[in-house]
Formats: sequence, structure tokens, C-alpha cells
Amino acid sequence: MSQAHVSLRGVTKVFPSSSGGQGLHALGPIDLDLQQGEFFAVVGPSGCGKSTLLELIAGLTSATEGTVEFEGRRIEGDIPDGIGVVFQEDACFPWLSVEDNIAFGLRKIAVAHEEKRRRIGGVLDLMGLGDFARSYPAQLSGGMRQRVCIARTLVIEPRLILLDEPFGALDQQTRLLMGDEVLKLWRQTGATVFLITHALDEAAMLADRIAVMSARPGQLIDVVETHWPAERDSHIVERLEFGAVTARLWKSLREESLKTMAKTSRGPADRT
Amino acid sequence: MSRIAVYRVLVIAAAVLLLELLCYVGVIDRITMQPPHRILRDLALILISGKQNAAILKTLSNASIAFGLALFVGVATAVVLHGYRALRETLDPLFATYYAIPVFAFYPLLIVLLGLGDAPQIGIGFMLGVVAVIVNTLNGLDRVPRVLRKTARIQRLGTIETALTVTLPYAAPYVLTGAKFAVAYSLIGIIGAEFIMSRGGMGYEISFAYNNFDNATMYPLIVLILVVSISINTGLSRWEKLLLARRGQ
Repeated sequence: MSQAHVSLRGVTKVFPSSSGGQGLHALGPIDLDLQQGEFFAVVGPSGCGKSTLLELIAGLTSATEGTVEFEGRRIEGDIPDGIGVVFQEDACFPWLSVEDNIAFGLRKIAVAHEEKRRRIGGVLDLMGLGDFARSYPAQLSGGMRQRVCIARTLVIEPRLILLDEPFGALDQQTRLLMGDEVLKLWRQTGATVFLITHALDEAAMLADRIAVMSARPGQLIDVVETHWPAERDSHIVERLEFGAVTARLWKSLREESLKTMAKTSRGPADRT
Repeated sequence: MSRIAVYRVLVIAAAVLLLELLCYVGVIDRITMQPPHRILRDLALILISGKQNAAILKTLSNASIAFGLALFVGVATAVVLHGYRALRETLDPLFATYYAIPVFAFYPLLIVLLGLGDAPQIGIGFMLGVVAVIVNTLNGLDRVPRVLRKTARIQRLGTIETALTVTLPYAAPYVLTGAKFAVAYSLIGIIGAEFIMSRGGMGYEISFAYNNFDNATMYPLIVLILVVSISINTGLSRWEKLLLARRGQ
């Protein structure tokens, strides 16, 4: 069996308590392997630690216990080379034009000026932003701003793309269309994609495998394989099997969502 | 020109005309004040003759140094304080009450520390301006969205690079607000200090002219200070508006 592209072993995250008492056990233990070039999605109830899991893989936070490896190298709170992240929130720099926002992604990458121009031109075309290169983010719609953020990630040619609910702020039609674009990019780049989402249909449409997380502390309670062909798009939702995948996800998730609802009705949940 | 801008010009023009009229009919006598047209004529004569050039140059260069120092030190201090919550919380009460402290009272101390040259005057201008820059820059840094900081980390930017390329550019409109205050405060500090203890500069010349009933020098210099301060502030305001317009605000 080939080495996993991303590997998590016994990963646990406990946030320390500000009052010095017992910390908040947010996540784990989690064991997970992502294969090179696969599209992997994670769904789970609110506050189950999905975003924390993504931040652990990105190197934005460190595991309390366990190890996270990317391409065989251990990640310990450092941002590894070759990882790109797209967040749910608008992460465009409002003082920079679309072109300069994308060029920002190349600040730390030693490539020749001509190569930078080529890459920027390439992602502008790929994301359909060519006519807006000199526009500022405030002049664009929410969906186009998110495309700028995706373009800024793609320009570094990442081998692992982490998507933290990237379409969460978009309407349903735009989400479907953006999903098509992400699938196209995934095929073109050959990168491994790790998607966090609340939306079961979005996970079912996009991913090769979907992990379901339990209520906090988040653990993987099910992994669903979709068996979709690589050449797919949003028309996949018309298939009967799509309904079966979504139903299985909901079956696994329903109990956990009820647990979360019960917790939040007793008191405010901590954001994990 | 917008309707509001026209109203503003009309209000100023009406005030100037009223002053002109009050001087003309003798309600305001010539010893108290020159009519506005005479002030403008005297200002032109002063600028053409160059007799106040040394004083003007001294005041404006000292104010520029005080402003530059206030801006640089203020922004750098705000960036450091923003990273150290405990230090910021310790100093917050000082910032909140800073402008209740009569900074000019420290002038003798500054002379002891910095000598009798321009340095104490620059010190006063700096002390008046720096806290406005710190407070406004901190206000801007507080508003930087968390996701932009995370993006900077993903791009593997260091602390200084993050400040220079992400957080300070985001906070730029707030830094400019602080800069506008610092321009005004620096000029007030320098001219005030020249009034108290100096042998040159516009403040000294205004004070000297006042003591000698020399309205032909005093009022034109006051007008010149107003024009300089308002011009710089207008320029910074336009820049601030341009930045905000790019952000759709």
C-alpha cells in the first residue's frame, strides 16, 4: 500500500481552560489517512471540531496528543510547504486589486517574474476573473470574492488544498456552480482536497470519501465512499445513488446533531 | 462640487464678509484686527519679501520632524502593544487620560533633558501627537478580521511582514485618522513651545508681533498656520476617502 498523503494518528486537541481548571476536550482521538489526489470531505454537527481538525492539518494549531504528517513529514504547529487553505469568511485583502490579491500568494515562493506572471494569468483565466484583474474586492459579488481566494490558493500550486466551508456564505445555486468549479480544479491540479462542510448534499456531490464526525469531542464515527467517477459535476445530484449517500450521512449524523442540540439548549457551546 | 461643499464655501465666505463689514464700519477697530483683505495682502507681502522665511521654515521643519516621529513611533508602539495584551491593558488608562495632562508643563523638564535648541519643542510636538496615532492605530488593528491573520500565517509570513503587508494596510484608514490628529497636535505643540521659550519660529514671531501691536505680521502668520494645517488635513482626508472608497465604504 502506498504511503498516505496526509496521515493522522491518535490526534487529540484539548483547549486549556482560562481559569486553570480542566480544559475543553475538542477533538479526538482521530486516526485518518488521505490518499494522494483524493477528494475527502468531513461533515459533523456544529462545534464538533471540524475546523480544529482542518487547522491541525494546516499547521495553524498543534495537537495535544498524536501526530499529523503531510508527505511523510510531521506537522508541529508550522505551516508546511505545499498546503493551500480557503476559509469560509471573505479573506480577500480589500486594499489590493484582484491581481495583487492573487500575486500575494506568491510572496514567499521563489519563482522568476515571468513564471509569476504566467501563473497569475493562468489562475485568472481558470477562475473566470480575467476581466476583473484590476477591480477591487468591494466591486465583486460574494461568489467572485471567494473565487479570488481560491485563485490565491491555486497560484501557489498546492499539493494539498484545505477548504473550510468555502461556500458557507453563498446561495444554493452559486454553491452548486462553485462546486462544479472546484471539481474541475481538482481534476486539473491533481491535488488532494480536504473539505469541511455543514452541507450533506455538498459533501455527497464533491467527495470520493466522506467522514462523519461525532458531537464534541469530535471523533470519526463513519466513513462513506461515494464511488463517483472523477469526471463528475453537479448533475451527480440527479442520480439515485446520490440520495442513498446523503441518507446514509444523515443517518450517521442525526443522533450526533441531536446531542449537540441538547448541549446547546443547556448552555452556550464553545466554538471549536 | 457637491451641494454640501457649496454650503461650506458660502458659510466661510459669509463669515469673511461679515468680518470685512465689521472692520469697515468700525465695530472692530484697526488695533484689534485688520480687515480680511488687508490680512491677505500682508500675507502676500510677507511671503514675497521673504522676511519671515526663516521663521516659517523653522516651524514647519520642526513640526514635520515631530509629526514624522509621532507617526513612526505611534504606529510601531501600537503594533507592539497589540501583540502584548497585558502591556496594553496596563497602559490603556494612561491613553484614556493622556490629553487631560498638560504636556506643556513638562517643557522645563524637556529643556533639562534635551537642551535649549529645537529639540524640546520637537519633543512637545511629538508628545502631543504620538498618543493620537497609537490609539487610532490600535483601533484599526482591533478590526483586522481573524481570517486575514490566518491567511498571513498560511502564507508563512513573519510577525513584521504580517504587520507591514496585512494588518497595517487593513488599518490604514484608522492610521490616517491618527495622522490627521498628529498633524494638528504637532503644529500646536511646536507653535505653543515657540510662544513659551524660543528665539525664532512662527510662534515666536506671532508673540513678538502681538507684544508690539504689529497686526500686519501677527494676523498673516496666524492665517498661514491655518492654511497649512487645513491643507494637510484635507489632503489626508482625501487619501482616507480614497482608501475607504476602494473598500466600498
